[in-house]
Amino acid sequence: MSPFLAGVTWLIVFQCAGEAVVWASGAPVPGPVVGMGLLLAALALRGGRDADPAKPLGAAADGFARHLSLLFVPAGVGVMLHAGRLSDEGVALAAALAGSTALALAVAGLVFQAMVRRADRRDSGAGEMDRPE
Amino acid sequence: MTDEIFRLWVYLSATPLAGLALTLVAYTIAWGAYARSGFHPLANPVPIAVALVVAALAATRTPYATYFEGAQFVHFLLGPAVVGLAVPLARDLANVRRLAGPIAVALVAGSATAAASAVAIAWALGVSPATLLSLVPKSVTAPVAMGIAERLGGLPALAAVFAVATGVLGAVIGRAVFEAAGVTDARARGFALGLAAHGIGTARAFQVDATAGTWAGLAFGLHALIASFALPVVVVALRGG
Repeated sequence: MSPFLAGVTWLIVFQCAGEAVVWASGAPVPGPVVGMGLLLAALALRGGRDADPAKPLGAAADGFARHLSLLFVPAGVGVMLHAGRLSDEGVALAAALAGSTALALAVAGLVFQAMVRRADRRDSGAGEMDRPE
Repeated sequence: MTDEIFRLWVYLSATPLAGLALTLVAYTIAWGAYARSGFHPLANPVPIAVALVVAALAATRTPYATYFEGAQFVHFLLGPAVVGLAVPLARDLANVRRLAGPIAVALVAGSATAAASAVAIAWALGVSPATLLSLVPKSVTAPVAMGIAERLGGLPALAAVFAVATGVLGAVIGRAVFEAAGVTDARARGFALGLAAHGIGTARAFQVDATAGTWAGLAFGLHALIASFALPVVVVALRGG
């Protein structure tokens, strides 16, 4: 079995596990997000060695990450066809979406950057800051 | 001759193959333009591919339901792709654990900013209350945003439009905002893209830098988790108070 196919199989198995948790708990979260958490826990338990890009899971996840944009095209088309019908409040909504997105990007980026840099300085004696790519 | 082409189109459009082929061809063209621009944020492949597909559907008068019969095979892969965002996090697990504090604080600050500023700007410009409620979850991935809007008394379909528009906007304006605000750290840029622009922002982050992609995936997943629990509670508490 090709490594990529084996990796995709694992991803779908974990998605199923995530959907099962959502179904059993009734939590209002998407199954794939829960599956992501379950996979992270499983990878951590096994010391992270399955995440290597040469291993099946690593190869499959990297393949999806590279062209994640493609997967949003079908939903994007549906949304664009729908968006054409809400024109009366269009300008106000465009301003609200653009303004709030810029603010959220700036606030999240600045807060995270300031705190991460402080943590880096605190930990810089203890060990490496970034894993080499 | 044109009659034969027309009959061929009628035959092809009756199978899911046409919708699938259209999606892949549109994306290939959009990706080519994106790559030629040096991966410039304004040339983001999502809006370009979407525009090409919308134009093709309009020209052939194909309904969305027919298109989606083929496109659903691409759409379906979103599930395993989101699960796979755990893999880059596992590679950097020591740093994810070490930075748990910054992650929690930036998540709450960014999430609150996104929801509150969207509602405030729209309210100031006279947008109706039902639309305001649909704006609250706009920085969360579309399926979660629809669920949140429904529980708040907003419109799920409208919430999906706002979420996708926000994702595209964030991916397009991200670099300009980071440069203006002085956000230079790749981890912070990625985190902000995943938080404010969910999956489409995460896709952009991976195209820029592996580190940015890792942190975008984390912020995207955590935002979906906490928003689905916290946003409805916070909004109900604010309206009641």
